[in-house]
Amino acid sequence: MPEPGTGSGQAEGPAQRAHPGSDQGANSGPAQSAQPGSGQPSEQPRSPGSDTVSVTIDGRHVVARKGEMLIAAAERAGVFIPRFCYHPRMEPVGMCRMCLVEVKGPRGFSLQPSCYLAVSDGQEVVTTSPKVKKAQDGVLEFLLVNHPLDCPVCDKGGECPLQDQTLSYGPGESRFVEEKRHWAKPVPISDLVLLDRERCIQCARCTRFADEIAGDPLIDFFSRGDRIEVSIFEGKPFKSYFSANIVQICPVGALTAAPYRFRARPWDLDQVESTCTMCALGCRMVVQSSGDRVTRQLGMDTDPVNQSWLCDKGRFAYEALEHDTRLTAPLVRKDGELVETSWSEALAAAARGLEEARARGSASGVGFIGGARCTNEGAYAWSKLAKSVIGTDSVDAQVADGLPAEVLLGLPRATIDEACDADLLVLASGDLREELPVLFLRIRRAILDGRTRLIECSPYGTSLSPLAEVSLRPRPGAIVELMDAILADDRASDHGHAADASSGVAAGGAAGGGAGASGHLGAGGGAPASQIEAARRLISEVSSSEPHGRVVVVIGRSSLAEDGRILAEAARRLAQALPDARFLPALRRGNVMGALDMGMAPGVLPGRVSLDAGRAWYEAKWGKVPAKRGLDALGMLRSAAAGELDALVLVGADPLGDFPDAGLAKQAIDRASFLVAVDAFRTQGVECADVVLPVAAFQERSGTTTNIEGRVTRLAPKVTVPVLAWPDWMVAVELAGELGADLGMGSLDEVTAEIARVAATYERCTPEALAEPGSRDGIVVPNGPRDVLLPLDPIAVPGIESVERQGAPLRSGTASDIGGSDTDAGSGPPGSGVSRSEAVPGSDDTSASGAGLQAPPVLGVPAEPLDVHVPPTDAYSLRLVAPRRLYDSGVVMSRSPALSPLAEHLVARANPADLAHLGLASGDLVRLRSATGSLELEALPDPGVREGSVVVPFHSAAGEPGVRSLIDASVAVTEVRMETTS
Amino acid sequence: MELYPEKRSALIPICHIAQAEHGWLTPEVIEGIAELLGLTPAEVRGTASFYEMLRTEPTGRYLVSICTNIACMLDGAYELLEHAEERLGIAVGETSSDGMFTLEESECLAGCDMAPCVQVNYRYVGKLDSAGFDSLVGELAAGERDADIPPHGVLIRTPRRAPRAVAGAPSGGGRSAGGEQAASSGAAGQVS
Repeated sequence: MPEPGTGSGQAEGPAQRAHPGSDQGANSGPAQSAQPGSGQPSEQPRSPGSDTVSVTIDGRHVVARKGEMLIAAAERAGVFIPRFCYHPRMEPVGMCRMCLVEVKGPRGFSLQPSCYLAVSDGQEVVTTSPKVKKAQDGVLEFLLVNHPLDCPVCDKGGECPLQDQTLSYGPGESRFVEEKRHWAKPVPISDLVLLDRERCIQCARCTRFADEIAGDPLIDFFSRGDRIEVSIFEGKPFKSYFSANIVQICPVGALTAAPYRFRARPWDLDQVESTCTMCALGCRMVVQSSGDRVTRQLGMDTDPVNQSWLCDKGRFAYEALEHDTRLTAPLVRKDGELVETSWSEALAAAARGLEEARARGSASGVGFIGGARCTNEGAYAWSKLAKSVIGTDSVDAQVADGLPAEVLLGLPRATIDEACDADLLVLASGDLREELPVLFLRIRRAILDGRTRLIECSPYGTSLSPLAEVSLRPRPGAIVELMDAILADDRASDHGHAADASSGVAAGGAAGGGAGASGHLGAGGGAPASQIEAARRLISEVSSSEPHGRVVVVIGRSSLAEDGRILAEAARRLAQALPDARFLPALRRGNVMGALDMGMAPGVLPGRVSLDAGRAWYEAKWGKVPAKRGLDALGMLRSAAAGELDALVLVGADPLGDFPDAGLAKQAIDRASFLVAVDAFRTQGVECADVVLPVAAFQERSGTTTNIEGRVTRLAPKVTVPVLAWPDWMVAVELAGELGADLGMGSLDEVTAEIARVAATYERCTPEALAEPGSRDGIVVPNGPRDVLLPLDPIAVPGIESVERQGAPLRSGTASDIGGSDTDAGSGPPGSGVSRSEAVPGSDDTSASGAGLQAPPVLGVPAEPLDVHVPPTDAYSLRLVAPRRLYDSGVVMSRSPALSPLAEHLVARANPADLAHLGLASGDLVRLRSATGSLELEALPDPGVREGSVVVPFHSAAGEPGVRSLIDASVAVTEVRMETTS
Repeated sequence: MELYPEKRSALIPICHIAQAEHGWLTPEVIEGIAELLGLTPAEVRGTASFYEMLRTEPTGRYLVSICTNIACMLDGAYELLEHAEERLGIAVGETSSDGMFTLEESECLAGCDMAPCVQVNYRYVGKLDSAGFDSLVGELAAGERDADIPPHGVLIRTPRRAPRAVAGAPSGGGRSAGGEQAASSGAAGQVS
């Protein structure tokens, strides 16, 4: 039965912030002083209370936010009104009529749907009168007229709002004796979702979700009256990355997900709250298991992150846990074969190999690639092992698919909420729907709701292009020039006409036009001058407004065929030109931000400090830190291929599977004399390793993870690990022990505590703080937790006690300083004395304290430009763009039975003009040839792709290099020739 | 299309135009409309299938609607319906194999004075007995009624703003099959 007891949670919006506690159903509030019933908003005092109204619900005075729906206000006040169609994250429709209540109007009380009626001052509402009860009886009897009542065989039985509410509010008996309507069932509406139209009660939650939230309106109501049905158009399945959310929000058993169908009964499920680690967004979710097998994952309504949604990839990835390529025991290579062995033997072998490598060359003869799949604790332990025990700085959690850590960590960070509420959002990344799907949902909604405006900057059209005010299509590799073109005049207008913004813009525009005409045709990265001008105008409009408009830049890799330093340099220049701008990294690897924060990158140490700035501090804490900066993943592979790097440790990464330059990765792995693989699955890299150490995978581990906005959340283990796999941090600790060093960490909590102790930005992330109920949404480093939470809708997240908010206090004791730092433009870690936003470029290496007692300053925006050479365009070649798709050939994805068939087959997309030049028609087979290889595939025209480039998705069929055979890591941008095959 | 600042608002008018051209909204037509308006085919079909007069199932050149409400029933509507099924060789709701006739049983057509009331493509043909029905079918099949009963889907044959052709009004005047062609092609031109 739905518990109405969730009402003590917090409400969103400034109203509640203005009146902490006023939503607790207290019988007096500031707005109460106005005469109830006057109903005249103009009589309200112009105080902070003017955005609240007071209503009477069942005789109790309730203060509600203006414009809020009655049902939500009632729920917060502890009055649960039954409902089916209402969902707090979607627009109301008033479809099911279950929420009818009596509302007093000029002609007395009348029945009105509370989900569709906004609160108004002085409103009197009765939710439990005989009239309401009769209406509920009638509605339920009516809803059940055609419902098959097959609860015993229905997956929803036991957690079904229809079942629950029929029991609590229904008439108990039906007068209906006629034949019910019948449909063929179940019908698949997508690869993952099946529809049973007999059970459907036409609440329109699924169709609204598809339209409003996902933006894939591929399902709709067909026909009407008693023939109404939810359906897809024939031959056009509900192919959406978010399709299974409709299963979660369906208030009956009409929609079921193929992987969960008939797998379990809800009352048999045990569950924990955890975080999805399939991408770096860190969606909070509920993991449910039955008989020690994960059976289902549900999105949790976490206001600052995923707002109850999950993508299908995150939702169903758990299936990979049971794949038969899971590593269940350590392996060592004996006579050329990998054979199972004991941990002690495997660790000894690994330690011996690493010692030998170190003895042969130096500490820098050992490299670590990977770490983004680790928990923060795992990443910290590996980082400490590499940097203090082995003494190498050649550690990289990003496999040439991210941004240089020093730049990335030095950029002032925005939260997801800040991005959604930015006055201007600049998207310098690939297609967010492919990279971080739920972030796409958030930003899409924010733009549609008019909360932000978008400048898009990507070499190809993305899912957000239709919503962008300005779409810039830089030539691959030319984003720096584009930023320069946009920013040059922006600065000029700021200087020259700070007071008169409009004329400043006009002057800037004229200058820009002049520059474009005077021969700098390459300036602007090949984007049309009108678009650059529009972008410039928007930026200066926002940055010259009073108070300063907030600009948030989403930076991510739109192509893995171009050097990440190009984007980093563009971001660095943006950060310098717009000091108030903040950045939200759109990086993809699971816990990449956590791994980088833990120092798993060359030149940095845990807590976002540079190697040099943190040296004294970490020498005191760790005993030893590397003497010089090490290599990144590309450098390590190059060095290994050249025979200089002796030993490689792959920490949950497989360069053979996803390093952009497949040829280089192969050479490097072949040449490396000693290879250790730490992984959960038997990957290509594992097959080549000398020692294989199996680790626990996502739903098997505890620990913490950090998402793109720096939000640290807890992972909770739900199922036991395969026989002999260990948690990642433990492997590092034991390996260190084998190497004769004690990392000083005996339990997970000790690792978490040590991170909080040594990494200043993680100061607040102690095991105790993370376990507090107030930290349920995680803790944002270095800022405090967001204080906006929504009460959970028991239907949105069905019947799960652990998911419902336990009436968490509005604020913890530290709320005041949290609030302070929230409004602050990103303060540095306490004690550092350096605010990130104030950190002038280069401050990181000037203000280090030698005392070793004060925490080192965090990284700022680097002052030095990155050295990257982009060759001029070659008229005969196309520039290769290799974006990642959500459904790819990744290690987990390809091992999930439900997901692996969804990966799309590869096609090359090019501008129709380019194809026409070659006399190619849509669907023709073409050969792409680069300096390193060639690839044959179908070509499709796509006007969204800019001329002179060709887009080939990064993934490939299992075991094949695909586009990676074309990518040449030795140049900043890969050029390819396109030829006909015949 | 310029008439509609919000492209989606053109949906129903376009469905009518398309139906006038194609007789009914075939899946291909629905996909075409969706592409034109930037919607998904599911949305178009969702809207079209809501309305009785927009047909998303195969429909013949002549949609024969026989009213079986009380006045018509008393005047032998059911007998007529049965006869019609027999004569056309199809059951209610079906379309004849030659694509000429679709038969439907309808609620009150507001023509009780001509009970049993029948509409062919929403044009009244009243007071029909079996023989009358047979001769009507014969005339329709032979194309003799083209002047007053256009093929299914054509709502009006005169362009916008012309004096409204009232359904059921005596045929003749300026209306002809040629005029109707001009009307629909003019409308199509407006679409594209």
